[in-house]
Amino acid sequence: MNTETPSKLQQVLSNGQFAVTAECGPPRGADPEVVRKKAGLLKGCVDAVNVTDNQTAIVRMSSIAASTHLLQAGLEPVMQMVVRDRNRIALQSDIMGAWSLGIKNILCLSGDHQSFGSQPDALNVFDIDSMNLVRMVKDMRDEGRDMSGFELKGPPRMFIGAAANPFADPFEYRVIRLAKKIDAGADFIQTQCVYNMDRFKEWMRLAAEEGLTEKVHILAGVTPLKSVPMAKFMANKVAGMDVPDSLIKRMAGVPKEKAVEEGMKICLETIAELQEIKGIHGVHIMAIGWEEKVSEIVQGAGLASRP
Amino acid sequence: MIVGEQKPIAEIKEIVAPYDKLLVLGCGTCVKTCFAGGDDEVAVLSSALRLAFKKDGKKIEIEELTIERQCENEFIQEAAPAIARNDAVLSLACGAGVQDIARLFVKTPVLPGVNTTFIGIQEKTGVFTEECSGCGNCELAVFGGICPITRCSKKLLNGPCGGSQNGKCEVNPDIDCAWQLIIERLGMLGQLDNLKKYIPPKNWSTSNSGGPRKLVREDHII
Ligand code: SF4
Repeated sequence: MNTETPSKLQQVLSNGQFAVTAECGPPRGADPEVVRKKAGLLKGCVDAVNVTDNQTAIVRMSSIAASTHLLQAGLEPVMQMVVRDRNRIALQSDIMGAWSLGIKNILCLSGDHQSFGSQPDALNVFDIDSMNLVRMVKDMRDEGRDMSGFELKGPPRMFIGAAANPFADPFEYRVIRLAKKIDAGADFIQTQCVYNMDRFKEWMRLAAEEGLTEKVHILAGVTPLKSVPMAKFMANKVAGMDVPDSLIKRMAGVPKEKAVEEGMKICLETIAELQEIKGIHGVHIMAIGWEEKVSEIVQGAGLASRP
Repeated sequence: MIVGEQKPIAEIKEIVAPYDKLLVLGCGTCVKTCFAGGDDEVAVLSSALRLAFKKDGKKIEIEELTIERQCENEFIQEAAPAIARNDAVLSLACGAGVQDIARLFVKTPVLPGVNTTFIGIQEKTGVFTEECSGCGNCELAVFGGICPITRCSKKLLNGPCGGSQNGKCEVNPDIDCAWQLIIERLGMLGQLDNLKKYIPPKNWSTSNSGGPRKLVREDHII
């Protein structure tokens, strides 16, 4: 169904295996050791690792550089790229550069607004939107042309991802947006963390009804809860996150020292439930700053034997 | 209209301090409507400045004047004698007015007394909102009359980001999510199909990004 690329993640998904991806946040500094250390924790237990692009608008080592460090450590990166900081000229140039370094997957995002970050005085770019970015990467790959129509010598051939948030509003529009992203060229979708399973299933049902689950690989996002304050923070402070009260109550129902354990339990139950949903082809484990938990989750979910 | 907001008095005081004779020049159009630089504001600000300088023991002569518009030569000329008798002009117009005065009176320092904030409307008395970025290529027809380039914090053309919740923008709960408004409005107009259209990257060459713009109307040049 999709253009074939040399991406290993694509191979796993095309073979019908349940994919596992994780996330690696580059450091607020220039030390590659930090990335290598995280790589060590993730190696062997996931198919690919997303590398965030100045997430929450906080300046970090670039996603291209950190992705390259992961490559050198033997992991397959999914380079995240936001349209907040680069105009179309920089985006195209960086995508070609990333490909030349061996990066084969991209996740196209709008990016958190800079007002959330450490440098709210910055000028943002938003020259194109994430939908346009998906189309741009696809045109570079499938037509071999840049946005001006210029025929590229050795075009980048990336496996293209986009994000979807079934928990944001307006709900009815979320499936239309997914359809647009697929039309624009998304090969795979990684979703916002799933805590509200009912809403997620409803979104998947609508997507399946539109035939979308046949056209794209959907990887559902999960994040283990660490504590009640974290659950409350996610529920109230993180834009577009939906943590039902029942989950917060469940976390609060166990003694503090058991919270991590309970969070893990919830996470594993979620993964088990997700595996049952038709059209879910993998999970995306977002445990930023808690990379050591990923292998435990993968083991616990019975997904440990990665190809 | 152009919406503006008067600068803090301390900042104004600092920029006018080097002058002994000052003209506080108001503008009777946009900035009057948004309570930033009309005749009322000229009067209040002038008194405040006189008082502040008096307290410091500094002598300053302040003349007050408001003209209909500071962006049209015809009206600006009415201020010419007053400008000539003063050392400097504190303009309470938008940035265009300040620069037009500066362009026409090259030897007089023209200082801004207002921060020009945006092109907007008065949603209700005392509440002004930004509506237009002056991008030079209006696409409101597709978006149900609501501009995502101006009113979506991320200038998204193809639908809401993942942060839109309960009709509010992720950037600030005081801001309506433009996309929520667009979707509601298209629904009312029976044009929800517009949402399915892929909107290609915007051509910014008609915006300020293409450099300062100029409009020449040959048919009106005399
Ligand atoms: S929440 Fe709405 S207005 Fe704010 S950035 Fe997202 S789409 Fe734009």
